[in-house]
Amino acid sequence: MSEQITLTVNGIQVSVPRGTTVAVAVLLAGAICRHSVTDEPRAPLCGMGVCYECRVKIDDVSHCRGCQTLCEHGMNVRTDD
Amino acid sequence: MTSAGREQFDVIVVGAGPAGIAAATRAAECGARVAVVDDNPALGGQIWRGGAEKAEDMQAREWMNRFQKVGPRLFPGTRVIGQQQSGMLLAEERDVPRTLRYRTLILATGARERFLPFPGWTLPNVMGAGGLQALVKSGLPIHEKRVVVAGSGPLLLAVAAYLRRHGAEIPLICEQTSWTRLAGFGFSLISHPGKIAQGLKLKLGLGFVPFAANCWPLAAQGFDRLESVLVSRNGEKQEIACDYLACGFHLVPNNELAALLGCELRGGFVAVDDFLRTSVPAVYCAGELTGIGGVELAVVEGEIAGLAAAGDESAARALFGNHRKLQKFVSSLARAFAPREELKSLSSPETIVCRCEDVTFARMGGHASSRAAKLHTRCGMGPCQGRVCGPAMEFLFSWEAASVRPPVFPARVASLSGMETELEVESDRTTGGTR
Amino acid sequence: MTASSHDVVVVGAGIVGAACALECARRGMRVTVLDRDVIGGGSTAAGMGHIVVMDDSPAQFALTQYSRQLWNELRDDLPAEVEFERSGTIWVAADEEEMEEVRRKHSYYTSRGVNAEIVNSAELAILEPNLRRGLAGGLLVPDDGVLYPPCAASFLIERAKAQGVAIHLGKAVQQIGRGRVRLSDGREISASVVVNATGAWAPELTPGLEIRRRKGHLVITDRYPGFVRHQLVELGYLKSAHSISSDSVAFNVQPRKTGQVLIGSSRQYGAESAEVEAEITAKMLQRAQYYMPGLAQLSAIRAWAGFRPATPDKLPLIGPAPEDPATYIAAGHEGLGITTSLATGRLIADQLTGADSSIPIGPYLPSRVAQEPSHV
Ligand SMILES: Cc1cc2nc3c(=O)[nH]c(=O)nc-3n(C[C@H](O)[C@H](O)[C@H](O)COP(=O)(O)OP(=O)(O)OC[C@H]3O[C@@H](n4cnc5c(N)ncnc54)[C@H](O)[C@@H]3O)c2cc1C
Ligand SMILES: Cc1cc2nc3c(=O)[nH]c(=O)nc-3n(C[C@H](O)[C@H](O)[C@H](O)COP(=O)(O)OP(=O)(O)OC[C@H]3O[C@@H](n4cnc5c(N)ncnc54)[C@H](O)[C@@H]3O)c2cc1C
Ligand code: FES
Repeated sequence: MSEQITLTVNGIQVSVPRGTTVAVAVLLAGAICRHSVTDEPRAPLCGMGVCYECRVKIDDVSHCRGCQTLCEHGMNVRTDD
Repeated sequence: MTSAGREQFDVIVVGAGPAGIAAATRAAECGARVAVVDDNPALGGQIWRGGAEKAEDMQAREWMNRFQKVGPRLFPGTRVIGQQQSGMLLAEERDVPRTLRYRTLILATGARERFLPFPGWTLPNVMGAGGLQALVKSGLPIHEKRVVVAGSGPLLLAVAAYLRRHGAEIPLICEQTSWTRLAGFGFSLISHPGKIAQGLKLKLGLGFVPFAANCWPLAAQGFDRLESVLVSRNGEKQEIACDYLACGFHLVPNNELAALLGCELRGGFVAVDDFLRTSVPAVYCAGELTGIGGVELAVVEGEIAGLAAAGDESAARALFGNHRKLQKFVSSLARAFAPREELKSLSSPETIVCRCEDVTFARMGGHASSRAAKLHTRCGMGPCQGRVCGPAMEFLFSWEAASVRPPVFPARVASLSGMETELEVESDRTTGGTR
Repeated sequence: MTASSHDVVVVGAGIVGAACALECARRGMRVTVLDRDVIGGGSTAAGMGHIVVMDDSPAQFALTQYSRQLWNELRDDLPAEVEFERSGTIWVAADEEEMEEVRRKHSYYTSRGVNAEIVNSAELAILEPNLRRGLAGGLLVPDDGVLYPPCAASFLIERAKAQGVAIHLGKAVQQIGRGRVRLSDGREISASVVVNATGAWAPELTPGLEIRRRKGHLVITDRYPGFVRHQLVELGYLKSAHSISSDSVAFNVQPRKTGQVLIGSSRQYGAESAEVEAEITAKMLQRAQYYMPGLAQLSAIRAWAGFRPATPDKLPLIGPAPEDPATYIAAGHEGLGITTSLATGRLIADQLTGADSSIPIGPYLPSRVAQEPSHV
C-alpha cells in the first residue's frame, strides 16, 4: 500500500500510493477533469464508471474514465481531453 | 495452461460485487469452468470495493477467500460492451477487445446511485454518496474535510460512517424521506421513530452526527467548486459550509446489458424465477439487478444463481427460504426511500439535467416522451448513454426509459470491428490457485 | 367530393412530411399533420443528415441540386440545434480507376453549375490528415452540408405551425384513400388531398407502392473536433450502392458540428428488424478503418440502424397515386430523403396548386412505376 507511483497530470508530477485511481490523482493535482460542452468545470460524480465526468486523456488516448483506471508509473494524464 | 487459444466457459459472471462473487464461487465449487468479468480494477463491486486486502468486513473477507480458493478466472478492468452472437460476449479490457464464450451467463451488474438535479449539482465536489466513498476507497484523502451527506437510502448512513472513520467531519446527514416512512421501514417494533435513527447511528459509530429526515438539498453553491450547500430542513432553509456534498437518492439497477440481451424487465428490474433465470434461456441474474435489497440478499441470489447455473438445483432450492425472507426487504426499502414529490421542483429552468450534453430542465420539459426529448435535445446522447439523466427523467417527467442500443458502454471503434483476438488463455491472470 | 375541413392531411411527420406540410401551408392551404410517433422519429432519426448532390441519374442530380440549394438558402434561419454546417463532401478515390470517375464527376457537376474541385493525393492528405496515405485523390464538393435531421424536421414543423398547420402526434393512421383518413382509434378525417409521407411504411397505406426497406447501420463517436473535416465518401460506394440485392458496406464518415464523428454506412435488403447486427457493423467499421486507420482508437458511444425507403429506380415517388387522385405520395427517398425533402415539399405544393415547378417532375411521378405489375 505504501509503494508510491509517480505520474504526471498536465505536465505536473504527482506521487500517489499504489491503488490510487487516475481520477483521484487529478484531484490531488488540483485539476478539474474536464469542461462540459457549455464550458462548465466538471469533476467526478459517480466514482464507479457510469457518469463519464472523470474523462481524461491518458497516454494520448482521449475519453478514458479516470475513476476506473489505476495510476501507473510514468502515466501521462491530461485533463480536458 | 490450455494449449488452444480459445476457451469456452461453462459460466460467465458479469459483475464482481457480492452477488457476482457468490455466484462465481458457488458455480466453481460445483466444478464448472467459471470466469468473472468486472469493469473495476479490483474485485468487490460497490460495497466490497478494492479487493480482499482492503475488505473491512468479515463477510467480505470470507467470500473473497472462498472465491480465491476455487480460483475462477477473473477479468478485472474489463467491461462487457455487448453480445457478438448468442453465447459470445464482447468485452473490452482497457482498450483491448475480447470475446468470451459461455454456456450460461449470470448477470450481476449491480446498481448505481440515482442522481436528481438541483441548482449547482454540476459543481466540482458535488458527488454521489457512494461516489465519494468510492473515491476515498481509491485514494482521495478525506481527513478533516467537511462533508454534507444528502439524498436518500441506507447508503447515506453507511457512507457517513465510512467517511467519519476516515477522519471526515459530517455537519449533517439529510434524508429526504419522512420519519413516518422511515418508521415503516422494517423497524415497526420500535415505537418512536427518532430512536431508529439513534439506534442505527450508534451501531454505525455516528453518535454525534446530526441526522435530519424531511431534509434535502436545494442548491449547491460556489464559484468553480463547491463552497456550501443550501438545504431544506423541516421546511426551513439552512446553509451549510462544506468541502464536499455526497448526494445520492437511493439506487437504480444497472439493467442495460440485461435489456440489450432481451431479458424481460419489470419496473426497471430484471424479471427472474425462483432459480433466478431470466426470460432469456441460459441467462441468470442476481443481486441489485433484480431488486434493491442490500448485500445479504445479493449474496444469497448470487449463490442460488451460481448453483443453478452449474446444475445443482437441489442445493439452490435449499436457499429459497432464506431468499424469500430477505426479499421482503426490497419492497420496504423501495417504499421508505421513494423520492418525494417536492424533489421534482428543485430544478430551475437553467438547471442542467443531462450533464454530458448540458441539456437544461427547461429544454426537456416540453417533450412528450424520453425518446422525443432525446431526439430533439440530445439529452442522454452523451457518453454516459443516459445512465445519469435517464433515471432522473423517469422521476421528473414520469417518462419510460429510453431503449438500449449497443455498445452497452462506450467502446473503441476497433473493439466493435470484429477484429478482436479471442481470449487467450494465460494462467498468470487467474486470481487464485492453479487449476 | 364531400365538404372537408382540411385541404391537406399529411400522414407522417418525418422530414419529408414536415417539408410538404410547410410548403402547402405557405401556399395558403389548410394543413393537418398526423404521425403515430414523434416528429422525425422514423428514418429521419436514423439518417446521417448529409446534404449532398448526387448524380446516379440526371433526375437524381436535378432533385438533389435543387434541394441542396433550398437548404443553403435556409441556412441563416436554421437554429443552432439543427447543427447545419457547410462542411463539403470529398469523394475519395482510392486508385487511378476511381480518379477517372473523379474527373467524370467533376465535369458533370461543373458543367451543370455545381462547384467542384479535383484534389490530388497530396492535397487530400492536407485536407484530411487522418485518411490513410496513398489514396489517389478525390473530388471536393464544397457546398454540400451536414445537419441533424430530427431537429431539422422539428424546425420545419415549427415553421408550419406558425403558418397555421395543426399537428397531432401519437395518432396512427390505419387507412387512407379517396380523401379520407381513418385513424386506428376509429376516427375519420376527410380532406381534399391526403399526402402519404410515411416513408418506408408507405405501402402499408397505399398498397402496391414499390418501396422496400433498405437497412442501414451507423456508429457515432465521442467528440474529437477536427478529426474529420469534410463528409468523406469512398467512390467505391457507387459500385456497392448500385447492387440492389446484396448487402454492402462503404466508407462514409461525417464530421458533426459537435465534434463527433458519424461512421457509416451499410446497405441491406430483407432485414425486417431495426436491431443492430454485430456482424455488418463490424464490416462497416473495418471498411472505415481501412480508409481512416485512426478511427480504431476513437470511443464509439452508440450504434443504431434504420430503414431507407428504397424504390427500384432509386428516385422518390412525388405526386398523385396512380389510382386515386385524392392521394398524393411523397415517399421512397432512399438514402437521400434528408437532402431532397425540401424539393419534395415544393414539388408536391406545385402540383396541388397547378404551379410550374423549377425542375421537370416527370421522373418522380408515382405513375412511372405503376406500369410494372406490383408484387404483393
Ligand atoms: C455506489 C454505491 C455504494 C454503495 N456503498 C454501500 C455501502 O457502503 N454499504 C452498504 O451496505 N451498501 C452499499 N451499497 C449497496 C451495495 O452495493 C449492494 O447492497 C450490494 O453490493 C450489491 O451487490 P451486487 O453484487 O448486486 O452489485 P455491485 O456491488 O454493484 O457489483 C456490480 C459490479 O458489476 C460491474 N459491472 C456492471 N456492468 C458491467 C459490465 N457491463 N461489464 C463489466 N462489469 C460490469 C460493476 O462495475 C460492479 O463492480 C452501495 C451501492 C452503490 C451503487
Ligand atoms: C443509415 C441511413 C443513413 C442515411 N443518410 C442520409 C443522408 O446522409 N442524407 C440524406 O439525405 N438521407 C439519408 N438517409 C435517408 C433519409 O433518412 C430518409 O430518406 C428520410 O429520413 C425519409 O424521410 P421520410 O419523412 O420519408 O420518412 P420517415 O422519417 O420515416 O417518416 C415517416 C413518418 O411516418 C410515420 N408513420 C408511418 N406509418 C404511419 C402510420 N400508419 N400512421 C401515422 N404515421 C405513420 C412514422 O412514424 C414516421 O415519423 C439515410 C437513411 C439511413 C437509414
Ligand atoms: S466518476 Fe463517474 S465515470 Fe468516473
